[in-house]
Amino acid sequence: MGEATRIRATVKDGQTEVKMLMQHEMETGQRKDAAGNKIPAWIITDVKVLHEGRTVLEAQFGTAVSKNPYLVFRFMGGAKGEKISVLWTDNRDDKRMDETVID
Amino acid sequence: MERRKALKTGGSLGLLGVLAVLGLVPGSASAGVGRAALEAGNLNDAFDALGVSLPENSELIKLTLPDVAENGAVVPVTVESSLAHIEQISILVDKNINVLAANFIIPKGVAGFITTRIKIGQTATVVALVKADGKFYRASKEVQVTQGGCSA
Repeated sequence: MGEATRIRATVKDGQTEVKMLMQHEMETGQRKDAAGNKIPAWIITDVKVLHEGRTVLEAQFGTAVSKNPYLVFRFMGGAKGEKISVLWTDNRDDKRMDETVID
Repeated sequence: MERRKALKTGGSLGLLGVLAVLGLVPGSASAGVGRAALEAGNLNDAFDALGVSLPENSELIKLTLPDVAENGAVVPVTVESSLAHIEQISILVDKNINVLAANFIIPKGVAGFITTRIKIGQTATVVALVKADGKFYRASKEVQVTQGGCSA
């Protein structure tokens, strides 16, 4: 279990904007350590965002998403106090779910 | 007996297990592109894996990223499109070892808008691929990279 994803969701003019910062190394598998050994890839592969249980975004990441992945997207609707959940899975099968409410 | 067994199984699955059963946990079995697309080594292979032949350029896709990236490890990218019925947005970097950086499935009622941050190994062309109403469209932009991001 990695550290908590920081999530901020705000509704304005009938549209909700969700910003999130996941905490993950996102090691590409292309780097070598000081001894010349390849550092194995360690990346978030799948992300899902739910609004009150309904999927509003699904993402698949490759190795080129930056360390501590940052995402912003918008969906129609949403109201203050409604729940936003962010779930991710990495290639070591570690998983994390974090929640916030729309502000 | 059956019910008791089901309850017991439910209990041992734990929260994530139950969420997985409900289809709430993202995983390789979920919709979207396969890992083959995410491991493609050039644009053509990535397009093949995504099921795209030759995507049309579209002025309805706005791809925003810096002209020059001093640090290739963190390059902000925004894709915004006013195409109707957007289903999918993908971000590709032609010179990266794995060209497909990320793929997004856009359900109904979700804006054609994504901002994220990606790694770019060397000066390259970034391609935003948007699937709308079953068809693929693209927009591209070159970015000069001063310090590469794949080994950083």
